Amino acid sequence: MTQSLLTPSQLSRRSLLRGAALGAGVVTVPGLLAACSGGGGSSGGSGGAKQQNITFGSNYSDPTPMKALQAVVDGYTKKSGNTVKVNTVAHNDYQTNITRYLQANPDDVAAWFAGYRMQFFAQKGYLEDISDVWSGLNGFTDALKAASTGADGKQYFVPIYNYTWALFYRKSTFQQKGYQPPKNWDDYIALAKKIKADGGVPIGFSDQDGWPAMGTFDYINMRKNGYQFHVDLMAGKQSWEDQKVKDVFGLWASLFDQGLYQPGANGRTWEQAGTSFAKKEVAMVVFGTPHVALQTPQADHADIGITPFPIIDEANGTDSVEAPIDGFMLPKKAKNKEGGKDLLKYIGTPDAENAYLKVDNSNIAVNSNADTSGYEQLQKDSAALAASAKHISQYLDRDTRPDFAQTVVIKAFQSFIDKHSKSDIDALCKSMQDQAKAIFSQPVS
Amino acid sequence: MVVATPVPTAETTAPRTPAVRRGRRRRRRLETRDIIVLSVVVGLTVIIDLALIWGTSIASIFLSFTAYEGIGTPRYVGTTNYHNLFTIDPTFWPAFEHNVLWLAFLGLVATPLGLLMAVLLDRQLRFSRFYQSSLYLPVTLSFAVVGFLVQLVGSADQGVINAILGRTHGNGIDFIGNPHLNIWLALAFAGWRHTGYVMIIYLAGLKSVDPALKEAAIVDGASPVQTFFRVVFPTMRPINVIILVITVIEALRAFDLVYVINGGRNGLELLAVMVVDNIIGEASRIGYGSAVAVILLILTTGFVITYLTQILRREESR
Repeated sequence: MTQSLLTPSQLSRRSLLRGAALGAGVVTVPGLLAACSGGGGSSGGSGGAKQQNITFGSNYSDPTPMKALQAVVDGYTKKSGNTVKVNTVAHNDYQTNITRYLQANPDDVAAWFAGYRMQFFAQKGYLEDISDVWSGLNGFTDALKAASTGADGKQYFVPIYNYTWALFYRKSTFQQKGYQPPKNWDDYIALAKKIKADGGVPIGFSDQDGWPAMGTFDYINMRKNGYQFHVDLMAGKQSWEDQKVKDVFGLWASLFDQGLYQPGANGRTWEQAGTSFAKKEVAMVVFGTPHVALQTPQADHADIGITPFPIIDEANGTDSVEAPIDGFMLPKKAKNKEGGKDLLKYIGTPDAENAYLKVDNSNIAVNSNADTSGYEQLQKDSAALAASAKHISQYLDRDTRPDFAQTVVIKAFQSFIDKHSKSDIDALCKSMQDQAKAIFSQPVS
Repeated sequence: MVVATPVPTAETTAPRTPAVRRGRRRRRRLETRDIIVLSVVVGLTVIIDLALIWGTSIASIFLSFTAYEGIGTPRYVGTTNYHNLFTIDPTFWPAFEHNVLWLAFLGLVATPLGLLMAVLLDRQLRFSRFYQSSLYLPVTLSFAVVGFLVQLVGSADQGVINAILGRTHGNGIDFIGNPHLNIWLALAFAGWRHTGYVMIIYLAGLKSVDPALKEAAIVDGASPVQTFFRVVFPTMRPINVIILVITVIEALRAFDLVYVINGGRNGLELLAVMVVDNIIGEASRIGYGSAVAVILLILTTGFVITYLTQILRREESR
C-alpha cells in the first residue's frame, strides 16, 4: 500500500540506488563463496555449517515498522549466526520502483504484498519458487497458503502479518453521545446524519495518496455484490459498466451528496485523516487498523472501537473482510538464494512474528502458533474480525493488475471524489471499462 | 541554451573574419597529433550525442509502437498505444492542456515579470544586491523542496494560507485537493522560481548592452519606454532566444513540482508525469509511456525548431 508522498523523491531514489549498490557489493562475496563451497542439497535449516551474508530489501520505512523488522532480523542473526544487511527504502518509492528493482539488482529477500500483486510478478518470472521453504512451515491456514501461491500452484511468498480494514470510531464519543456502531447501511446513514446534526464531521476521508478510497469502494462492492463479484471485477472478468458497479458508485456518491464526508479528500493525506480521527475531529473512518493506530497515541488505543463495514445486502452480510497480508519473497535475481531461503524460513516461524508484533502492535499475527497473549484490545478485536470472515480480500491494488490499479483506478476514484453526479458516474464507468479492456487484453508474461 | 549560442557569434564575427580565417587555413596544416586529438574530441562527443540523444529518442519512437514490460521482447502493436492515448485515456488531454497552460503562464506572465525585475534592478537601486539575491533564491531550491513548500502553504487543514485566513477548523480552502485550484497554486510556485531565473539572465544581458546606444537614443529624444523597446530589447536578441528556449523546455518538462505535491494527479496531470507513471512506476507499461514521450518530444522540438528557423532565416535575409 502506498503511503506519504512528502518524502522528496529524489532523495529516496538516490538512497534506493545506494541501497542497490551496497546490496550488490555485499552480496558478491558470499555469492562466490557459496558457489565455491558447492553445497549439496540446500538443507536451508538454521545453524548451517558456514556463515552467510544476506541482504534484505525493505519498505518498512516508518519508525515503528522499521524497528519491528529490525527485531525480526536480530532474532534471526542470533539464531543462525548469519549476518543480514537491511536496505530500507521509503515506502512509496519502493513500490514505485519494484519492477525495476526486481529486474536489476534485488536483495536476497524482498518485502512485498500477498495475492495478485505478488502473483503478477511471479508470472512474469521475477520471483523464485520457494515451495521447499513452505514444506517446512507450520501454523498457516490454507487461505494464507493460497494467498502466497502463484498462478502455477507454487509458493512465492512468506507472510508475516496482516491487518484488517473496518469502520473505526471512538468509544468515548459514542458513549457520551449515545451513538451505536451501525449494523447496516441505513443505520450508517442515519448515524452519520445525526452526528452531522450534532455539529460533528461524521466520516473522515482522504485520498491524496490515491489508495485510501479503494478500501471504501471494495467494501461497498463486496457488501452489495458479494466477494466473487469483487474477484471477477478485479480480474477483468466483469465489466466496470455493469449496473452493479454503477450501484456501488451510486451508494458511495450518496455519502458525498448528503455531506457526510470530511470535505476535500483529494487534498488530504492518510496521515492527516488519521490525525483528524485521533484528535476526534471526525467521528468515524474507514481505514486499515495500522493507519488508525499509528496516528493515535498509544494511551488512546483502548478508546478505538472497530466494527465491520455495514451490511448492504443481507445475502452477503459481513462475510467478507479486507485483510491485506504483508510478507517477503525471494527475487529470481537474488545473489544468495540459499541464505535468502534460510531467512524466509525463519520469517515463517511464530518466533519471527512474535518479535515483529512485540514492537508494532497495530497488526495481527498470521501464524496460528504465534503468541497472542500480549495483544491489546484493538488487536484482539481486529483479529476476531478477520477470524469471523468467510472471505478475505487483499485490497483493490493488491487484487488486480498493478498497471490497472496504478494508472487507472487511482485517477478514476479521485475524479469520482471530485464529481459524482449520475452522468459523471456513467462516464467514469465507461472510461474505466475502456481502459480496463485495453490493459487486460495484454498478457501478463 | 547550447543550441542558441552560435547565433550571436555568427552575427558579430561574420563580417570581419572570413578573409583572415581562410588565409590562416592555407598557411597552416593540421599535424597528425592534432587530427588525432580532434577526432577523439569530436568523435567522442558525436558518439555520446548519438547514444544518449539520438539513440534514446529513436528507441522511444520504436518502443512507442510496441507493448513492452521491460524484459523479454517488445511486441509490435502498431498504433494501438497512440489510439488508446487519444481516445480512451482520461489523463492525456488534461495533461496536454496543463502543459500548454504551463507554457502560456511561464511565457506570458513569469518571463515578462523576470524581465521587468531585471530592468528595475539594473537601475542601481538601493539594496539592489539584496533584491537580486531574494529573487534568485528560489532558483537554488530544488523543485522537490518547492513542492514541499506548496504543501505547507496550501494544505486545507494545516496550510499557511488557511491559517492566515483563519479557516483551520474543517472549512479551509482546499488548494491542493481541488483540481481547479491546485494547478494555479503550482503555477504560482513554478513562476516564482522561473522569474528569478529569467531575471538573472536578463540582468547579465542588460549589463552587456552598450550604454552608448541608450545615450544616443536619449539624445534623439526617445522616452525611456521607447529606448527600452526600440533599442535595448532588440539588441538583446541572443538573450531573448536563450530565454525562449529555456521557457519552452521548462514548461514542457515540468514534472518534479506536481509529482511532489500529489503524484501529478487530480488536476495536476502533466505529460512528463504520464511518462514516468507508465515507464518507471509499478505498472511498467513501457511502450505506452514511450508514446507519451514521443508526443512530448514532438511538442518540444516543434516549438524550438520553428522559432530557431525563423530567427536564422531573418538573420540570413539581412
